[in-house]
Amino acid sequence: MKEMIHTEGLTRVFRNLTAVDKVSLDVAVGEVFGFLGPNGAGKTTTVRMLSGLISTTSGSAVVAGCEIGNEADALRLRQQIGILPENVGLYEGSTPYQNLEYFGRLHRMDAPVLRSNIKRLLRMMDLWEKKDAPVETFSKGMKQKLAIARALVHDPILLFLDEPTANLDPEAAKMVRETLLELRKQKRTIFLNTHNLDEAQRVCDRVGILRTRLLTVGTPEDLESKLGRRRVVVRLERTTEELAAAVRNRLGSRPVEIAGDRLLIEVKDADREIPEIAEALVAAGGRIRDLSQPTASLEEVYLKLVHEGASAP
Amino acid sequence: MRISQAWIVARHDMGVFRQKFGILIGLIAFPIGVGFGFPLLVAYLILPHAGPDPSTSLSGLLDAFSFWFVIGAASLPTSIASYSIVGEKLSKSLEPLLSTPTTDGEILLGKSLAALLPTLLGVWAGSVVFQVLIDLETRGPFGYLYYPNPQMAVVLFVAAPLAALLAIEAAVVISSRVTDIRSAQQYAGLIFLPFIFLYVVAEVRLTLDATNLLYISAGLAGVVLVLFFASTRAFRREEILTRWK
Repeated sequence: MKEMIHTEGLTRVFRNLTAVDKVSLDVAVGEVFGFLGPNGAGKTTTVRMLSGLISTTSGSAVVAGCEIGNEADALRLRQQIGILPENVGLYEGSTPYQNLEYFGRLHRMDAPVLRSNIKRLLRMMDLWEKKDAPVETFSKGMKQKLAIARALVHDPILLFLDEPTANLDPEAAKMVRETLLELRKQKRTIFLNTHNLDEAQRVCDRVGILRTRLLTVGTPEDLESKLGRRRVVVRLERTTEELAAAVRNRLGSRPVEIAGDRLLIEVKDADREIPEIAEALVAAGGRIRDLSQPTASLEEVYLKLVHEGASAP
Repeated sequence: MRISQAWIVARHDMGVFRQKFGILIGLIAFPIGVGFGFPLLVAYLILPHAGPDPSTSLSGLLDAFSFWFVIGAASLPTSIASYSIVGEKLSKSLEPLLSTPTTDGEILLGKSLAALLPTLLGVWAGSVVFQVLIDLETRGPFGYLYYPNPQMAVVLFVAAPLAALLAIEAAVVISSRVTDIRSAQQYAGLIFLPFIFLYVVAEVRLTLDATNLLYISAGLAGVVLVLFFASTRAFRREEILTRWK
């Protein structure tokens, strides 16, 4: 795996507050990496450190071949990356074309290449027809897409997107998410900060869950299967407290909830325990209609880790 | 430090200011007001009562009037610089700008140039009108052309640029501490008060000849130097992203 980002023990302390604590991770070239975490988890601070905008307190990182904290590398790094900050910060009185042209010039692009990139990106974002309209007349979704185009105007090899769908209405968020999927198809390396689990699941190859510390990293599917609460759902003709007690006795005080005509049973070893559950229920007079083992969602994994603050095994 | 990179920032900012009526009006009103206002005052209120030797009685007054170009240079850029920095801070466009391969110094220089150049252009345009009109009015009574003279050269090419720089640097420092454009402009606007004080002193007892103007300029240069260090300390990527209000 060729690494685009490699960090070891990345830490940032603001006075007495540790915003990011010993984060070590790798992001491969061409990977879409989702950085999940609640507000204040340190996601933005991490992106700012990785893009050389703020210094680290300790630890090290190499991003796009540039060492973070090395002044000589700072300009080279910013030349190679594109950043979409949480607040898009466009020049509202200017047109989309002028916004992109300014940033292209700051990246010292040749004029013909810049012109062709602007055209390609505005077309890709469905904004070409509006290229001469002031940005202040745009909807939030259009502004977000323009800000993504701005981050891409110099053809960066790595893209940092900080909460690209936050504060957007569902339609605008969908527009932006489709753009992300398009970028994924182009095999761009993307570091995506988000607290939208659905977005992470749909767009990211791997996700890391951060709450100051990096709690876990893996593909959404891996995390679901490794860290999700494993449950068996048994639908019965009639649920009673006696049937729940029978399962509890059989499995040894395992949590069993009654939800309408269903029993929700937490299991540790499903292959061994499911037959025992069925046996206990039948023995106690239960009539089973259906027995299933739903997979845990990424949301469940996220909430478990973030709220319990537990580290991944 | 790449001047070309700073120039990209400056050109962009000047383009943005062209859309701001409040900034434009100041830049246009000053040359018109001072360039035509003082000559009108001289023509209709002062020259008719100047006495037998108008050259002696008027020269001190004309030198004091020319000091308004220094006052203008100290007050015009504050609104531009405040808008350029606090305005970007409020519209959250500073972070994307800081994310580009541009150094803090280049961004600061670009923003300073964007405030300095229109100011000097306004001041110089006003001074051309002022000098031409005053010469037309006084050539007869004086018997010679009063302008251009060494005092005006010091005012326009030394004192005024220094006063503008001082105001810009003060605006940068103030912009890092306030959260709205109006407050930034109000605080930065106070910068021109010491210049008004100097003007009053000049009216009462100080002759604003080239030598005294050079002394004043040396003092200004000292303050500019101090504020330069303060503004470059305030305008650092890390400071802006983590400490600015």
